[in-house]
Amino acid sequence: MILDGKCPTGPIETSWDRHRFETKLVNPANKRKYKVLCVGTGLAGGAAAASLGELGYNVHAFCYQDSARRAHSIAAQGGINAAKNYPNDGDSIYRLFYDTIKGGDFRAREADVWRLAQVSNNIIDQCVAQGVPFARDYAGYLDNRSFGGAQVSRTFYARGQTGQQLLLGAYSALSRQIKAGTVTLHERREMLDLVVVDGVARGITCRNMVTGEIESHWGDAVILATGGYVNVFYLSTNAMGCSVTATWKAAKKGAYMANPCYTQIHPTCIPQHGEHQSKLTLMSESLRNDGRCWVPKKVEDCEKPASDIADADRDYYLERKYPSFGNLAPRDIASRAAKEQCDDNRGVGPGKRGVYLDFADSIKRLGEDTIRERYGNLFEMYEKITAENGYKQPMRIYPAPHYAMGGLWVDYNCMSNVPGLFVLGEANFSVHGANRLGASALMQGLADGYFVIPYTIAGYLATVKPGQIKDDHAEFKKSAEEVKADIDKMLSINGTKTPSELHRELGKVMWEDVGMARSKESLEHALKRIPEIREEFWNNVKVVGTNEQFNQELENAGRLADFIEFAEILTKDALNREESCGGHFRTEHQTEDGEAMRNDEDFCYVAAWEFKGAGVEPELHKEPLKFENVKLAVRSYK
Amino acid sequence: MKVKLHVWRQNGPNDKGTMETYEVPNVSSDQSFLEMLDDVNLALAKDGRDVIAFDHDCREGICGMCSQVINGVPHGGQERTTVCQLHMREFEDGAEIFVEPWKARAFPVIKDLVVDRGALEKIMQAGGYTSCHTGGVADGNALPIGKDIADYSMDAAECIGCGACVASCPNSSAMLYTGAKVAQLAVLPQGKVEAHKRVMAMTEAAKEQGFGNCTNHYECQASCPKGVNVKFIAKLNREYMKALCK
Repeated sequence: MILDGKCPTGPIETSWDRHRFETKLVNPANKRKYKVLCVGTGLAGGAAAASLGELGYNVHAFCYQDSARRAHSIAAQGGINAAKNYPNDGDSIYRLFYDTIKGGDFRAREADVWRLAQVSNNIIDQCVAQGVPFARDYAGYLDNRSFGGAQVSRTFYARGQTGQQLLLGAYSALSRQIKAGTVTLHERREMLDLVVVDGVARGITCRNMVTGEIESHWGDAVILATGGYVNVFYLSTNAMGCSVTATWKAAKKGAYMANPCYTQIHPTCIPQHGEHQSKLTLMSESLRNDGRCWVPKKVEDCEKPASDIADADRDYYLERKYPSFGNLAPRDIASRAAKEQCDDNRGVGPGKRGVYLDFADSIKRLGEDTIRERYGNLFEMYEKITAENGYKQPMRIYPAPHYAMGGLWVDYNCMSNVPGLFVLGEANFSVHGANRLGASALMQGLADGYFVIPYTIAGYLATVKPGQIKDDHAEFKKSAEEVKADIDKMLSINGTKTPSELHRELGKVMWEDVGMARSKESLEHALKRIPEIREEFWNNVKVVGTNEQFNQELENAGRLADFIEFAEILTKDALNREESCGGHFRTEHQTEDGEAMRNDEDFCYVAAWEFKGAGVEPELHKEPLKFENVKLAVRSYK
Repeated sequence: MKVKLHVWRQNGPNDKGTMETYEVPNVSSDQSFLEMLDDVNLALAKDGRDVIAFDHDCREGICGMCSQVINGVPHGGQERTTVCQLHMREFEDGAEIFVEPWKARAFPVIKDLVVDRGALEKIMQAGGYTSCHTGGVADGNALPIGKDIADYSMDAAECIGCGACVASCPNSSAMLYTGAKVAQLAVLPQGKVEAHKRVMAMTEAAKEQGFGNCTNHYECQASCPKGVNVKFIAKLNREYMKALCK
């Protein structure tokens, strides 16, 4: 089937304004009659729930944490982009649009990206009004820094805690609505099924993580803002609770999963230290503003302390390979370049899987105090984890899974192919193409939540009668029974391997075979291993405790079961996409100097997969991508 | 290295609870404290025993989920550090370590080391915001804000809402938590408008939730993983006085 994204036609500069005018409205007096469920309370979900509550809808929000303030958006450090052009350095909505399309390696929809760039400016204004303490200069105006993939300074920041401050802004708006009674928050709930009646999303089934009660919630629309899936690699920079479960349950009810093979491996993470590690820690890409990446030129120097290696014997490989962007090359390129150096046996640190990020020159130029003011918390964090002082010796970094560009397929209105199911933020696939630029995730989350969904959801709700189907419908009961049956099954297997052990096995396969570099051979190997792990899970998992208690082993088991099924579709997507683009690198498709080689003739489309059952071949639907405003070109950062 | 753990086990809010002891061999000094607990749980699960429940999520010191009192100190006593960022190299080989949940009347235990911090939410809902609607606000640069003020506001805004301040306080006071939000917004032009209403409402909510008053022990600042300063309690008191006089 050929999918239609329902993007506005005509001049792109006015596309969003025209679409907003043409979208139906819901009368203010009728809004409270509509019940909207919003799963996830990060930047996208929190902003959406708050904004819809303000408009007068009856909103029910859900999160797995104990508070809406803890979603993983909080961990974003570096900043948020906007086309304000405050520094007078040539930025514009068009340039942000262009950079994002190019940064995504021409695999995103133009109209969606334009809208994102356009509303980016509103986001900054909104956050300032909420009391977000952005960094300011001595005249009292907002300060900007640079990020990868751009030659202008358009990134707004709040120390190294931008995500936290933006989330607290959205959380404060949400708290206001909870107090006002327009939003009901259900915390410590995990969504375990989407309820679909006659092809339309009508509610969710979730588990109360304290009591184990299986709950049914009906809604006239369901919003998923449940983040990304890179914990499929086990070790990633995501929070431990981040999972594919909500989106995967929706996929199992008919929503298409789009471009799952587009995963972002972030270049500046702290290298792995041992077998017991539970997660990888990211340090903001903003560090690359002042840090220089290098490895020793000679293999024999790799064991020496960095200070013993003369400047002439160091290979500043990013500056060498990409002179115009240097250390600020986009993430996919910087990550692959680091891997290349380590594959060339010139890595540093344990296992030689690391490269240096060196601040010595910047400290000499600006002084240690300036560097401390800019990145103090990151240096502290680095020292806590590695027991090394980044001011005195270069940091060691290595790429780690960080972000999912892929996600549930949505049209221009952020609605999936299942009517009534909306997907926002990282959980959808829409704006980042095959690679996300730094400081764009926060921008997308808040754009979708504050400035897109409040308009587009009205267009849908205006076409449905409120409260038509409630939780007394048979589908709710059926869904709850299925959820309960899955839980009972997991608890009854009583095998020998814990969820974390099996998750580690899955992660190893995914990282080695479906990680930074993929080949037909590695992908086929993964497709052999994943079903084996699935088999083992359903026959040999050991989940202690009961459902009727606070049970983190059970939570992990459920999430892992979904990751395993999802991993197969991710791998199939990677195998199908016979090209290299952005974060998806197929070793068969590269230029002579090792750069990604796209195949626009055959693969300039969104791959949306329809789940047909575990172990059954999924069906591929395509949405062709048209580029009318940006010329399809080879992405060059040289 | 190896350590001996004494961990508070409590099966639900109505259970009496008890300390249980676990010998943990083969601990790597590079492991985080939570990764060491993961290993303990792995062994318990393998053995078919109930694992130790503890809240955690981001494991990079920012989400505020962690809520463990280690050797009597919330988050374990390393300066400006959450439990998830505490590493085993901070302990001696053979150390005996006591692990308990946040202890405060306002935070009932859910299970083991997991507590219900809903009371903190109520304080925020009472007024921890500016009442601006989405859209229709001024340009971000319309009102210049002095760098010193923006920095002060940011210092206060660093609070991650973990509740260590409450857990460390002999009065279970939430005044550092409340003061940080009050101060963050009170100094900004956007937050000044509602400053009086906000401080009254948030203080009232804190009292209703059963949090105590501040008697200047400064334990909150010492245990705060973000180093939020007690000057924000002073600011809270000043703002409260100003509002009372209105």
